[in-house]
Amino acid sequence: MTPASKALLGKLLLGAVWLFLLVWPMTGITPAGLEFGKAARIVGAVMLAVVVWLGLKRLNESVDVGFGRSVGRAASSLSRTPGWLWKSAGLLALLAFPILSSRYGQDVAINVLVYVTLGLGLNVVVGLAGLLDLGYIAFYGVGAYTYALLSVHYQLSFWLALPLCVALAALAGCMIGYPTLRMRGDYLAIVTLGFGEILRLVLNNWMKLTGGPNGILGVKPAAIYYPDPEQGWEMTRFLIRSPQSQYYLILAIALFTVVAVRRLADSRIGRAWEAIREDETAAGIMGVNTFTLKLLAYAMGAVFAGLAGAFFSAKMRFVSPGSFTFIESAMVLAMVVLGGMGSIPGIVLGALALIVLPEVFRDFENYRMLVFGAAMAIMMLVRPAGLIPAKRVGRRSEEDHA
Amino acid sequence: MDFFLQQLINAITLGGFYALIALGYTMVYGIIQLINFAHGEFFAAGGYMGVILLAWMDSQGYMQTHPWLCLTLAFLLAMAYCAVLAMGVEKVAYRPLRKASKLSVLLSALGMSIFLQNGLMLTQGVYDKTYPGVFAKGAVGVGEFNFTYLQLIALSITALLMVGLNRLVFKTRLGKAMRATAQDRVMATLVGISSDRIISVTFAIGAALAAASGILVGLYYGSVRYDMGFVPGIKAFAAAVLGGVGSITGAMLGGLIIGITEIFTAAYISGEYKDVFAFIILIAVLYFRPTGLLGENINDTRV
Repeated sequence: MTPASKALLGKLLLGAVWLFLLVWPMTGITPAGLEFGKAARIVGAVMLAVVVWLGLKRLNESVDVGFGRSVGRAASSLSRTPGWLWKSAGLLALLAFPILSSRYGQDVAINVLVYVTLGLGLNVVVGLAGLLDLGYIAFYGVGAYTYALLSVHYQLSFWLALPLCVALAALAGCMIGYPTLRMRGDYLAIVTLGFGEILRLVLNNWMKLTGGPNGILGVKPAAIYYPDPEQGWEMTRFLIRSPQSQYYLILAIALFTVVAVRRLADSRIGRAWEAIREDETAAGIMGVNTFTLKLLAYAMGAVFAGLAGAFFSAKMRFVSPGSFTFIESAMVLAMVVLGGMGSIPGIVLGALALIVLPEVFRDFENYRMLVFGAAMAIMMLVRPAGLIPAKRVGRRSEEDHA
Repeated sequence: MDFFLQQLINAITLGGFYALIALGYTMVYGIIQLINFAHGEFFAAGGYMGVILLAWMDSQGYMQTHPWLCLTLAFLLAMAYCAVLAMGVEKVAYRPLRKASKLSVLLSALGMSIFLQNGLMLTQGVYDKTYPGVFAKGAVGVGEFNFTYLQLIALSITALLMVGLNRLVFKTRLGKAMRATAQDRVMATLVGISSDRIISVTFAIGAALAAASGILVGLYYGSVRYDMGFVPGIKAFAAAVLGGVGSITGAMLGGLIIGITEIFTAAYISGEYKDVFAFIILIAVLYFRPTGLLGENINDTRV
């Protein structure tokens, strides 16, 4: 036995004892009596997982093909083949997906696309402009409630309501953005979190307008009109109700978002955002109007959340404050950071991972969030820059001093 | 007037709970500039540990014979438990990220918070757990208004812990080391302070205070829930920010302000919007005085 492995064994033992101390009081002390079996089982399972993980890590090191490396390699090989080929193949696959998959698969895909839209919107705020926003889901809520209210009270159609949802969400973005412009980092995070909670509490308590915790029922699905040859080319209304048609609608929204965010990132505005992210003071000195641009980042981020929100309420045909909790904001933020801030393929991958993986483990329903939380922490330890890191990222100047 | 004074007592009691949680936030933030999102979970874990211990003691009959001893023991054990928990969390989820970007650490903290909350849910169930009501009854009248026994217990324990913490931070070698580390971690390391150990101890002390607050809240309201850590956690952070992050007196003051706001909004304006006002105060203070009421200007000293 080498000294290194001896030290490792010691550490494992110490870890096991520590874990047992933490788990046993929670599982073993009951008014009925003291029980040790349950805690021992949990500790055993965790220790087994740790040993397996350490083994995999060692194997990984000796073979020298890291997970990150293979992802990086896949990304670089992707960039070598002509772009249009990949794009058209990908688009074809996306269009064909609902024909080939089950209803359940379509539901999951719709969910993924909603979160892709949200993640890309948040990416504008966090990834590009570097403004940490923990209340992002508020804009999603604004979009969803705007459409729900317009649809229920004024029978406004989805397409007419959509610009209004977007505009209101952008306005909300400016309203939240304006007072926070002077803040940075953690203070910004906590204030945006506060705003998110305020919105949720208002939704929850403004009975007259929002129906309180019961939410709003009877939101109309989106509809499209098309000339039907069988009816003598008369305009016919088609309701977007089946998962399949909903899939195409959200696919269109998500693709629009991908293109828009990409164009934004490559524009002068996007460059200016990145400059603000890297060093706000320097950007300001070099003539970037930090005030307007930061506000614009909030508004643009909110626009995409508003789109996703309008779709969400048209799809569910019901909205309630329960869908706009802090944990949702955390989920979207996790997607952005896990995927790689500022990188569009990264965020798509992040959304895919965070929505699909829990679905795979559906049998362990109760443990989903537990695993989710642990995965978030572990991912940060293993790959803090995300799965597919963005190419143009520096380091915020104020972090060097921390 | 009676009503007002009664509400004031309630407000100070509640403010004390927030202040105890806020102290952990403020101390951790003061040293490593991290919003420890999992801190609210230490509060919840403390509350659960309290109910588990007290319910067990109750079932064994010790509560009837030595209620005060049981209460003290429950406090000490729960605080020790959360201290150990916090040190472990710090070692597993934060220490490896010392040099990583702030966002990574924040996300790791969020992950830990979700993990701990669900761990509590899985081991303790989704329903409220009720505290054995030994101390619930009775009140002392002072003049025209009443202190319930529970309020007296809560207020005195809060005061005791705060005085203890103050002495620890300002009168002991450990406190001196903590203050030095908070001021400049690199320099502190150079003069021989193990910054890792100090950070660990800071987490432990903060979590122990949060745990005490958890038991007090559990005793005061009679029950605990697995997700009870989130909202008080956020409000306590608001309290820490209000007072100026890094300042211990500030955290106590901030806690009191948040508690007073909450109780008086509930009493005089609207019970439903009490949390909204806490957040509005937070935002207003940060807007007009970004470093909090008693805080130094962090932006200037750090950049």
